[in-house]
Amino acid sequence: MGLKIDSKKALDAAKEKARQRMENETIRILICAGTGCVASGSLDIAAALKEATKDIKAEVTFIEDGCKSIAVKTSGCHGFCAMGPLVRIEPLGVLYTKVTVDDVEEIVETTIKKGEIIERLAYKHPVSGEIYPIEKEIPFYKNQTRIGLMNCGVIDPEDLEEYLARDGYQAIAKALTMSQQEVVDIIKASGLRGRGGGGFPTGLKWQFALDEEREQKYVICNGDEGDPGAFMDRSIMEGDPHKVIEGLMIAGYATGADTGYIYVRAEYPLAVKRLKKAISDAQAYGLLGENILGTDFSFKVIIKEGAGAFVCGEETALMASIEGERGMPRPKPPFPAQRGLWGCPTTINNVETLANVPNIILKGADWFRKLGTENSPGTKTFAITGDVANTGLIEVPMGLTLREVIYDVGGGIKDNKKFKAVQIGGPSGGCLTEEHLDLTLDFDSLSQVGAMIGSGGLVVMDEDTCIVEVARFFMEFTQNESCGKCVLCREGTKRMLEILQRIVDGKGELKDIEKLEDIASAVKDGSLCGLGKTAPNPVLTTLKYFRDEYIAHVVDKKCPAGICEALKVYGINADKCKGCSKCSRVCPVGAISGEIKKPFILDTEKCIKCGACVEACPFDAVEVV
Amino acid sequence: MALTMSALQRKFEKVNEIIEKYGKKKSSLIAILQEIQEEYRYLPEEILTYVATAMDLSPATVFGVATFYAQFSLEPKGKYIIRVCDGTACHVRGSMPVYNAIRKKVGLKGDRKTTDDLNFTVETVSCLGACGLAPVVTINDKVYGQMTPEAIELILDQLMKEEDGQ
Repeated sequence: MGLKIDSKKALDAAKEKARQRMENETIRILICAGTGCVASGSLDIAAALKEATKDIKAEVTFIEDGCKSIAVKTSGCHGFCAMGPLVRIEPLGVLYTKVTVDDVEEIVETTIKKGEIIERLAYKHPVSGEIYPIEKEIPFYKNQTRIGLMNCGVIDPEDLEEYLARDGYQAIAKALTMSQQEVVDIIKASGLRGRGGGGFPTGLKWQFALDEEREQKYVICNGDEGDPGAFMDRSIMEGDPHKVIEGLMIAGYATGADTGYIYVRAEYPLAVKRLKKAISDAQAYGLLGENILGTDFSFKVIIKEGAGAFVCGEETALMASIEGERGMPRPKPPFPAQRGLWGCPTTINNVETLANVPNIILKGADWFRKLGTENSPGTKTFAITGDVANTGLIEVPMGLTLREVIYDVGGGIKDNKKFKAVQIGGPSGGCLTEEHLDLTLDFDSLSQVGAMIGSGGLVVMDEDTCIVEVARFFMEFTQNESCGKCVLCREGTKRMLEILQRIVDGKGELKDIEKLEDIASAVKDGSLCGLGKTAPNPVLTTLKYFRDEYIAHVVDKKCPAGICEALKVYGINADKCKGCSKCSRVCPVGAISGEIKKPFILDTEKCIKCGACVEACPFDAVEVV
Repeated sequence: MALTMSALQRKFEKVNEIIEKYGKKKSSLIAILQEIQEEYRYLPEEILTYVATAMDLSPATVFGVATFYAQFSLEPKGKYIIRVCDGTACHVRGSMPVYNAIRKKVGLKGDRKTTDDLNFTVETVSCLGACGLAPVVTINDKVYGQMTPEAIELILDQLMKEEDGQ
C-alpha cells in the first residue's frame, strides 16, 4: 500500500484519486454479499460475473489514468433480503432479484453489452404485478431515506478507497479542527438518540465522559446484537465497516479516549472479518494509530468477540465481558461515563448510533434535525421480517406510521392473509395490533403504548400466529438469557414461563392470568438491568391487547389460531374424505370410525391429538377445526 | 477417559501456545477459550483446569465463564453441528417443525443434543441475522434458508449418504 494519509491535504488527494478511479468504471456491478445473499449463493454469481466480464472493454475513452473499465464488486447488504441474491448495475440503476449463476450470461449479453433490461429478473410487485427494473423506483426502496445504510450495497466494504471516495474519514478530519466541546455540542444539537434501544441522548452521554477529568478513557461500539429478529448492526458492520470505525474515532476524540473497542457477536463471523480488515487497512494508511492526520490525536481500535449472551448488550454486562468475566450487569450509578471499563470513564454507543455520527459532523445538526420528528430526529433502520411480503433491512425517517412501514415499504401481508400483530423491539418490546397501525414510529410514541423501538426488529404476524405462543416464545428466550444475578429476573421469568407453558398446553386456569400480571409487574419494577426490566413487556402488551386469546386458551381450551398442539381439535372434512379408512387404521385410540367409501367421523372426545391420522390421510381430509 | 501422559502433554502444548498468543491477562480469557474450543470442538474439563492454573485464575472463574456463554460447550460435539435458528422471524415461520424433523431424522430423543456416534449435534440458536430467509438452518458453516421439514430431510439424506460412502 505504502500510501500514508498524514494530513487533510493528503486525505483530499486520496479522495480525489479514489473518486476518479470509480468514475472510470463506466459500469459497476454490485453483487450483494450480505449474509442472506451469500447463503443463497451470491459469491458464485460474483465469480461468474467477474469471469464473464473480464474480456469486455467498455467504451474505451482514454483519459490520463488509462481506460475505462467494468468493475464487478461484492458489496454489503442491499437490504432487500427476501429477493436475494441481488445484483445491482450502475449507472443504469438496475436491480436484479433472485439471480442465479445461469442468469449471468444473459445479464452480460443483454444488460452489460446492450444496456437492455431483462424483465424476468426485475422485481415484480406481489400484489399489483407491476415490474420495477430500476432500484430506486421499487416501493421497498422508494420510501426509504438512508443515512446509516447509505454506503451499504453501494461500495465494496473491503476497499478503503471506495469509502474515501464517498467522503470517508472527512468527518474525523473536520472534527479534529474543532475543540472536543464543539464536537459534543454538534451531537447534542442534532438531537441524536441512542439507536440500541434506550434512546438516551448521545450528546449528553459524550458530555458526561468529557467532563470526567481522567487520563485514561475508553469508547466502546456495542455490536452485540442478540435480539432475535434484528440484524441492522450486522449489516452496517458488514457493509460499511469504515463508517463504524470513523464514528468511534469521533466519539473517542470528543470524549478524550485513545482506545476504542468494538464488541461483536462471535456468531457474526463476516462482520468480524470485515471489521478486522478495515482496521488493518486504516492503520496501514495511517488513519488509525499515532498522530492521526498530523494532529495530536492518537487512537487505536480493538475487536472483542462476544461469546453468545444476550445480556451482554447491556452496557455494564458488556464491559464485564470485555474484562474477561461472566457478562453480568452491575447497578448504575456509577454510570460507565464515570466508572466503566477497568474503572475508567467509558462511552458506549451502538453501531447504528455511531454510523450516524460522521454525517452529522459533515452536514451539521440542522440537516439531521430536518429528518424525523422533533424529539426523535433522524432515521431508524428496521429489520422487517415475518409474514410480510418484502422482508429485509430498511431505513426510514422517524415518525412514519407503522402502516406506512408495513404496507408501503414492506409490501403488506404475505399470501393475502390478514394482519394480526407486529412485535416491535425484540423480546423486550411489545406486541401491537391493528389499532396501532397509525401510530408513528419514534421513541416516545412507542413507549406510551408499552412497546419500544429497541434495536429495531419488526416482526409482522398474520392471523395464523398464536399470540400466547409468541409470548411464551419470548419468555423462553429471556428466561434462558437471564444472567441469574437478581432474584426477580431469574425466578420471575421462570415462573412466568411455566405459566405460559401451562396455558399453551391447555392446562391453564383463569387465575393464572392474574398471577402472570402480578409477577410481570414485579419483575419489571425490581430487576437490576434492562433485560429483566423489559422482559415482561411482551406478556404485558399481549395481555393488554389480546386478552381474549388468553381467555380462549384457559376457559374455552381453544387456540383461535389453531397453532397450540394441545388445543388442536381435529375433524374430518367430509367433502375431501374418500372413505379409504387409512386414518381409522392408524388411530391408536379408535377415535375414527365409518363405512368404506363414505366420509369417516372423528370422535373429538376420544381423540388424543397425536396427529397420526393427519399424516396417514392421502387426501388432506383431516383438518384442524 | 484416561489419557496417556504423552497425549496429555501434547494437548497442553497447544493450549500453552494459545495462552502465549493472547497473554495471561484475565481480559483474554474469553478469546483463549474460544480458540481452544475451535481446536478441540469443545472445552474438555482437564483443559479448563489447566487454563486456570496457567493463567493464575481460580478454576471457578474459568468454569464460571465457560458455562456462562452460550458459545462454549463442555460436552463433545458432533462432526456436523446443525443449528436451527429460533429467532422471532424463524419461529413464527415454523422453525420448530423443522427442528423436530431434524431430531427425528438423526434419531435424537429426550434431552440429547448429540448422536451417540458423534456425527450430529442439533441445537437451536437465538438469531443468525438472516431473518429474510426464515426459517434458517446452518450445517457447520453452510446456511440453508427457507427450510421446511421436507426440504431439510432431503438435505440430511444427502449428507448421510455421503457419510456412509466414506
